[in-house]
Amino acid sequence: MSQHVIRDEPARVPLIYNPRVRGIVFQVLLVALLALGVWWIVDNTVENLRRSNISTGFAFLRGRAGFDISDRLIEYTSDSSFGRALLVGIANTLVVAAAGIVTATILGFLIGVGRLSNNWLIRKLATVYVEVFRNIPPLLVILFWYQGVLAVLPSVRDSLSLPFGSYLNNRGFYFPRFVWGEGTGLILAGFLAGVALSWYVARRARARQMATGERFPVLWTSVALIVGLPLLAFFVSGMPVSVDYPQKGTFNLTGGTNIKPEFLSLYLALSFYTASFIAEIVRAGIMGVPRGQTEAFSALGIRSRDGMRLVVIPQALRIIIPPLTSQYLNLTKNSSLAVAIGYPDLYAIGGTILNQTGQAIEVVVIFMVVYLSISILTSLFMNWFNAKMALKER
Amino acid sequence: MQEHSMSFVRTEMTPATAAPRSQAGIGAWLRKNLFSTPLNSALTLVALLILAWAVPRMLNWLFFDAIWVGADRTACLTTEQGGELPAGWSGACWPFVTSRFGQFMFGRYPLDERWRVMLTGAIFVALLVPLMIPRIPWKRLNAALFFGAFPFIAYFLLVGGVFGLRYVETSLWGGLLVTLVISYVGIVVSLPLGILLALGRRSHMPIVKLLSVVFIETVRGVPLVTVLFMASFMLPLFVPPGMTFDKLLRALIGVALFASAYMAEVVRGGLQAIPRGQYEGADSLGLGYWQKMGLIIMPQALKLVIPGIVNTFIGMFKDTTLVLIISMFDLLGVVKQNISGDPTWATPQTAKTGYIFAAAIFWIFCFGMSRYSIWMERRLDTGHRR
Amino acid sequence: MKKFVTGILGSAALALSASAASAATLDDVKAKGFLQCGVNTSLAGFSAPNDKGEWTGLDVDFCRAVAAAIFGDGEKVKFTALSAKDRFTALQSGEIDILSRNTTWTINRDTALGLNFAGVTYYDGQGFMINAKKLPGVNSALQLSGASVCVQAGTTTELNLADYFSANNMEYNPVVFEKFEETNAAYDAGRCDAYTTDQSGLYAVRLQMSSPDDHVVLPEIISKEPLGPSVRQGDDQWFDIVKWTYFALLNAEEAGITQANVDEMKNSTSPDIRRLLGSESETKIGTDLGLSNDWVVNIIKATGNYGEIFERNVGTGSPLKIARGVNALWTKGGLQYGMPIR
Repeated sequence: MSQHVIRDEPARVPLIYNPRVRGIVFQVLLVALLALGVWWIVDNTVENLRRSNISTGFAFLRGRAGFDISDRLIEYTSDSSFGRALLVGIANTLVVAAAGIVTATILGFLIGVGRLSNNWLIRKLATVYVEVFRNIPPLLVILFWYQGVLAVLPSVRDSLSLPFGSYLNNRGFYFPRFVWGEGTGLILAGFLAGVALSWYVARRARARQMATGERFPVLWTSVALIVGLPLLAFFVSGMPVSVDYPQKGTFNLTGGTNIKPEFLSLYLALSFYTASFIAEIVRAGIMGVPRGQTEAFSALGIRSRDGMRLVVIPQALRIIIPPLTSQYLNLTKNSSLAVAIGYPDLYAIGGTILNQTGQAIEVVVIFMVVYLSISILTSLFMNWFNAKMALKER
Repeated sequence: MQEHSMSFVRTEMTPATAAPRSQAGIGAWLRKNLFSTPLNSALTLVALLILAWAVPRMLNWLFFDAIWVGADRTACLTTEQGGELPAGWSGACWPFVTSRFGQFMFGRYPLDERWRVMLTGAIFVALLVPLMIPRIPWKRLNAALFFGAFPFIAYFLLVGGVFGLRYVETSLWGGLLVTLVISYVGIVVSLPLGILLALGRRSHMPIVKLLSVVFIETVRGVPLVTVLFMASFMLPLFVPPGMTFDKLLRALIGVALFASAYMAEVVRGGLQAIPRGQYEGADSLGLGYWQKMGLIIMPQALKLVIPGIVNTFIGMFKDTTLVLIISMFDLLGVVKQNISGDPTWATPQTAKTGYIFAAAIFWIFCFGMSRYSIWMERRLDTGHRR
Repeated sequence: MKKFVTGILGSAALALSASAASAATLDDVKAKGFLQCGVNTSLAGFSAPNDKGEWTGLDVDFCRAVAAAIFGDGEKVKFTALSAKDRFTALQSGEIDILSRNTTWTINRDTALGLNFAGVTYYDGQGFMINAKKLPGVNSALQLSGASVCVQAGTTTELNLADYFSANNMEYNPVVFEKFEETNAAYDAGRCDAYTTDQSGLYAVRLQMSSPDDHVVLPEIISKEPLGPSVRQGDDQWFDIVKWTYFALLNAEEAGITQANVDEMKNSTSPDIRRLLGSESETKIGTDLGLSNDWVVNIIKATGNYGEIFERNVGTGSPLKIARGVNALWTKGGLQYGMPIR
């Protein structure tokens, strides 16, 4: 605004009071100062590294790691490279973050809806949950789950037997694993076909409803297709799936799948903690939809459940998604607290590598790049989802 | 005037009758709030079952079965673990907390100097409480003392080395003291810094804007532990040899920078909510940039985002626990150290007892802050928003 | 607003103790007035704070010895507790002047990490400890196939463990923690079947368990773990001071100089002892190092000789009760061999 005035009467304003000139001068000074600071830091770092004979660069990533990692999703042995160890760490971070996000979202939605329930008891319980968990540091929740709960679980010898041949002890949760034999491709094909058919049915049903107003039970058909087709394939191919049950070995249970207590604690703590924030976001989102909307769909004769699904939730989502994104990012970043309980996430493995190789700067750069990329990717995805959900105005 | 008796009009009040039985009393309340639909009834029953299962257990563990006095771990061990309690006993081991209470509060701060910490705490409370109660006058003076003078008083009292006070190095500090020092400094530094960053992000100067955006987004994108790691172990690599910073100071810088990025985003939200007319109005009055921001925009914007600011404070207060990852001992760090590094109180119940104690303290602070912000928000709501 | 910004900046500036930049660590240390020493967070016998919060242990006493050599006062030293993971970064970055944190001397650390090891203050080897009560019948590390093993991150131990199990074709589950206390707590809670670290460490850890008598150390020693103090590369004078402090401690033990008799020994007739203690006239041994000529006297007065340090912290005078074994002087069949001071 003020710039217009100045452009009209340049003679009146001395150069020093010209906002534009001042802006440029200020910025030039800032850049100079910043460049000086960066130069100073780089110079010092180079000098310090030279003095203590530390090599720089990322060549160390090809070196043999030499240590073992217990939780790994990709092939890794102590003979693998440091780079691969980092990949294992990144994968572990992503897994715990993804699992945490899914659980926290479900739990958060349930509790958020619970806070608005017309059931007094449920409402109060949900409130207590939210107020307890969001006012306690996440690290404390993680440590509590790990050390507090670990101490209570029995040792391997006295494992708690759970249904379906699974066990719980202080080495984690053991459950049977399916071993896919010959012909499993057919089951997968059946599943994919089921998904594709359901999608097609849903499309047709919507088109038919638009055209004729008749409705079709899409949900049940889809369930039948997605569950039924693989099941059919399973029997047709002669039941090729065998189950590997966990069994007691000398020290630990062997066989089956083992979810380690480190993962369990981190995953549960992150989910429970984040769920309390998501619950508040959900509550604010639903409350943010004007009451008139509910009254309107009731007046139109839409059933309450359909009204929620078709009218209230889509509008609430618009309010919910942006803050939900930052909760997802927080959860991902909080997964770096894994280091306190020994879950080998990116930060923990990076720290070990740093210790073996002494490449502090390089490792911290890797941390920054990976976490920033995860953040940016999550933001991009949520922005896309947000745009999809946004109000389509004509 | 002749009086007609209009029998169809009552002239006297009927006595009030009680509400219908179905609409009043406990029964109605129950029906309305707990058993309105079959689903609700089921939910209520499930919730009641869970409560009936959990609450007595929790109370027993926390209070009735808990051990309150003892000299060492044998007090909290069952016979099979080498103690005297009956087998299968489980309960809180409170003597662990009482015997280590001093450490939880002050860390390894020298015993005979702890009055200095308490005095600092007393001054802090004496300045903070009147600041928080709107009815008490002299707000300006109070704020100046709290934000301007108190840091110096606290610094000299806690660190010492002057006025005959013994020098206490920060590596001896610990417990709640460190938690509060980091939070106070973080709060006091991050607010102005966050405002500057938010203004920078909305600035018309491209370079200022770019730098602010890069800073804010980078800091927000990485976990605090990496920032703390850099601050605590890599800072010396960036400065000339021989130049050292106090370890606590480095954690303070890390936390404050981290919080200011979050604060900047909150403040930016407030700035965006201020109608354009306010900016134009200020311009037309001939106010300069800082006058415009300081007198017109910021007071309105900050008021709008008080909940967000307090949430950031709460988040930062909770994040102070992360300094334990860089081997500093805040409240949680000291508790954890006493749980795992010391066999005197090594029992299966120690960890839970210690963490529940720490959780209770953190919860009181955070919950207090959030309640205060809600109350403040209501008070400040001057009706501009519909 | 401005007021409290300046307030904070002011207090920050006060807390910032910047000293003149210089390449010589000795000058820096003298200017600071104290030695900054990196030690373990809590490893009984090597470095652990006692009830009064004072640091004790073999690694700690070595730092006291260096401080005494420089300042003539073994108390002019500050300790930074470091996890295994942070230790090298702390030394490289100048955070500490000397790292004395049961650190194994390896070629990788000597070269790629830019460290210089001054000597071996404790010859150790890696072993395993198990809970014999829970695992009766296990009496060899070779029976540990399939076990969960607790180990500290970023140590040579972690690497040796991987090598040992793969060399013997055994499976295992590493349970890796960043901090020593976390590893202990997890092992004590039964998270792992076995605990592995240096044998000296195992004895120390055993003392910290809730029932120490249940735990046994298995006989196998799977690696060489020479533990010693290290400094940054690029400062030969500083390296010499640390190295010769170590040799002085050994030579003093060999010559029979103890904390109790050091003042009498100054007047000894033996030229070796007189030279060691700087009581020869015209001696330049101390000043050539950049120290005073009575540096060895100061060291012995502060900490005693190597044997005294050993016995007090890990030997018979301590709860650990570790025998001298290979850590005895070369004259008694051990490996500790002090280079001649002349």
